[in-house]
Amino acid sequence: MAKDKVQTSRRRFLQTTGIGVGGSLLAQHQVWAAQQGVKNLSDYKPEFFSPEEWKFIMAACDRLIPQDGNGPGALACHVPIYIDKQMLGDFGSGARWYTKGPFDPNAIPQKGYQSPFPPKEIYQRAIKEINAWCQDKYSKAFAALDADAQDSVLTALDKGEVQLPSFNGKLFFDFLLQNTKEGYFSDPQYGGNYGMQSWVFIGFPGARGAFLEWAQEAQHNKKYPLGPVDVAGDRA
Amino acid sequence: MSMREAKKVDVLLVGLGWTNSVVGMEIADSGLDILALERGPDRDTVPDFKAPQMLDELKYALRHELAQWPSIMTLTHRYKPGQKALPYRTIGSFIPANGVGGAGVHWNGNAWRAQPEEMKLRSYAEGKFGKAVFSEDITTQDYPMTYAELEPYFDYYERIMGIAGKAGNLNGKIVEGGNPFEGPRSKEYPTKAMQTLYNSETFGHAAKELGYHPFTMPSANMTESYTNPYGMQLGPCNYCGFCERFGCYNYSKASPQTCVLGALKQKPNFHYKANSEVLKIVLADDGKTVTGATVFDEQTQETYFQPADLVVLGTFALNNVHMMLYSGIGKPYDPQTGEGVVGKNYAYQIVGGAQLFFKDKNFNRFVGAGSASIAIDDFGTNNMDFGKLGFVGGAYIQSWNTNGQPIRNLPLPPGTPKWGKGWKEATGEWYNHSMSIAYHGSNQSYRDVYCDLDPVYKDRHGRPLMRLTYEFKPNDMKMAMHYQDAIDGIVKVLNPDHVGRGYKNMNTVYDLRAYQSTHNTGGTIIGDKPTNSVVNKYGQVWGVHNLFICGASLFPQNIQYNPTGMAVALALHTAAAIRDQYLKAPRELV
Repeated sequence: MAKDKVQTSRRRFLQTTGIGVGGSLLAQHQVWAAQQGVKNLSDYKPEFFSPEEWKFIMAACDRLIPQDGNGPGALACHVPIYIDKQMLGDFGSGARWYTKGPFDPNAIPQKGYQSPFPPKEIYQRAIKEINAWCQDKYSKAFAALDADAQDSVLTALDKGEVQLPSFNGKLFFDFLLQNTKEGYFSDPQYGGNYGMQSWVFIGFPGARGAFLEWAQEAQHNKKYPLGPVDVAGDRA
Repeated sequence: MSMREAKKVDVLLVGLGWTNSVVGMEIADSGLDILALERGPDRDTVPDFKAPQMLDELKYALRHELAQWPSIMTLTHRYKPGQKALPYRTIGSFIPANGVGGAGVHWNGNAWRAQPEEMKLRSYAEGKFGKAVFSEDITTQDYPMTYAELEPYFDYYERIMGIAGKAGNLNGKIVEGGNPFEGPRSKEYPTKAMQTLYNSETFGHAAKELGYHPFTMPSANMTESYTNPYGMQLGPCNYCGFCERFGCYNYSKASPQTCVLGALKQKPNFHYKANSEVLKIVLADDGKTVTGATVFDEQTQETYFQPADLVVLGTFALNNVHMMLYSGIGKPYDPQTGEGVVGKNYAYQIVGGAQLFFKDKNFNRFVGAGSASIAIDDFGTNNMDFGKLGFVGGAYIQSWNTNGQPIRNLPLPPGTPKWGKGWKEATGEWYNHSMSIAYHGSNQSYRDVYCDLDPVYKDRHGRPLMRLTYEFKPNDMKMAMHYQDAIDGIVKVLNPDHVGRGYKNMNTVYDLRAYQSTHNTGGTIIGDKPTNSVVNKYGQVWGVHNLFICGASLFPQNIQYNPTGMAVALALHTAAAIRDQYLKAPRELV
């Protein structure tokens, strides 16, 4: 774990400083190229999350969108890969947001995001603190709990019943749920929605983007017959 | 600190969205040296909006690729004077744009005019229902011109944008199939109305059954090939459903790029610079004219002075107000005394509606367009008995279908779990089986709803952010509840399997998280005298004759319709006044 963190921070250092650009770009490209071909989620090596954090993300995604019942689950759709990649981009660092203080931790929810922490830090702090909370309550980390216990932890987080040392667990839960749904339904170029399975399931044709004949009255109340296409031009 | 001074220009356009694009075009034949400065990047259909890259919900709708990111510029908000304001840190309730084309790139293309009664709302309502119809805190006021005076400019904007529709009132004669409650129009729409999608047909039938008058919403999504007065060519919309928050890849949505800029860029006396943010408009020592603007060049990181003889401020409404407050031009509004004008009469849009779920109806929600809609205006401002209802205002009610992308737009029946197996299975069961009916209502102006400079928070240049004081008010919430009843009546006729209700009521708190509309208006309002407004009927700043303002910041209160048509009609009116009157003899035009 320690080694992984050192490697991750070295990569971040290279990215932010631009030192050794050739080498770091090449390394990034190799990682990217390798991951485009990941067929099994288990072959993916997270770039942002530590092994402990990754276990949490995998377990939580599997409960938020489980595999059982109709429709693909979050793991089959590679949602954790999507979340890992988001942490390293503008979203994870809050780069497009207004992040200057002062911050008001008591702001009502209607005022929107008012946290001093960018999403990637919210994830890191929350996962550590939720695992400690689970350890305290169940003597196990979140990922080691059974499905029912995991569901009750997630429910408690969703209801705002878990006050973590850094913030209320609801702040994290809302990001986690939103990002999980994003990874489920977004274009596969971002690492999730593997094989466009969620689009096939709900009947969304993705990036087809041309439906003139389907706007005519003759097509009212008829099911669209074609499956989805993604931005890369692949078909499900 | 000495600042480099750039070569002087005759006309400086601050911002290059809808309003300054048409202003530039309308005055270009004067031969004057015109320079437009745009804060954000340069953008055009190719390469910036092309398919299939544009058909990416995450990048454009969730991560807001085309928007004004709060890191670039934002504001703070509080509900009431005296409260501490907090920054709008992430995009939620409204989405100002960044870059060439402005919000005209990512709009839906709902292309309305105001009603004649809306332009004289104070005198119309008081005259018909008595003075007491307005509560004491309402600061709604008349436009300084009539609908009839502005009609040629409404018509002209529709021709520039190739608006698709069906007239309901041609020179006072009511025409079957159009909106019978609209103001008289001098000509038919330039292009035929849009297709009626299944949801709209469903809504239209119920509306007709109840005795209402459904019509096809006027649309800036093209229905046929069209060449506008500037020679710009547009092609028919293919109902891809990616309008709002997206640029149109198909040259089918009217935008500054598709309707104006291609022609304007060919004028030898017109130039523009992207990535050039005007920080401040500079008043001359005598305070009666402006001398130009200080500009931040994003690429060189240099701040320089751009001198100009004439300045037209045409940024997004909120940014127009911020620019005037920060530049110290005009007297800031004081809600205690009611004196001062800059920042006065901010208003928004009151929206809400219902989602109807039908197991046995397939709506193909991805087949859509930003303005593919059937609407009714039976509940419009000029149809309301304000005396009886106890509010002033109006709304149109519609059913549209667009934005059918699943991350942010997958409504599920009430009671569906937010996550887990129940949520997942419901997404498959309901995605293509719901339709919406919504109201889109006016918002009055109030004594304690306004903009000023925030005392705490600063932008990336160290300028104070603007502070918005805004909350929903009883008059407008009464109105919202009236439209709730109206929509519930239509829902009853349609008898869906489930109904989700997203209405506002007397207890609703303004929620900055949930997208509502980017129809932020007022703050540099238009009026008939310097004591009640920032600009005269020509958009000219009172007392500073070589500064004009364009955009929805001129609205004295918000109309019940989407504001783009009104904002562009006013800009065309301003451009004509500059071209035909001001340039011949620079002076105060009123």
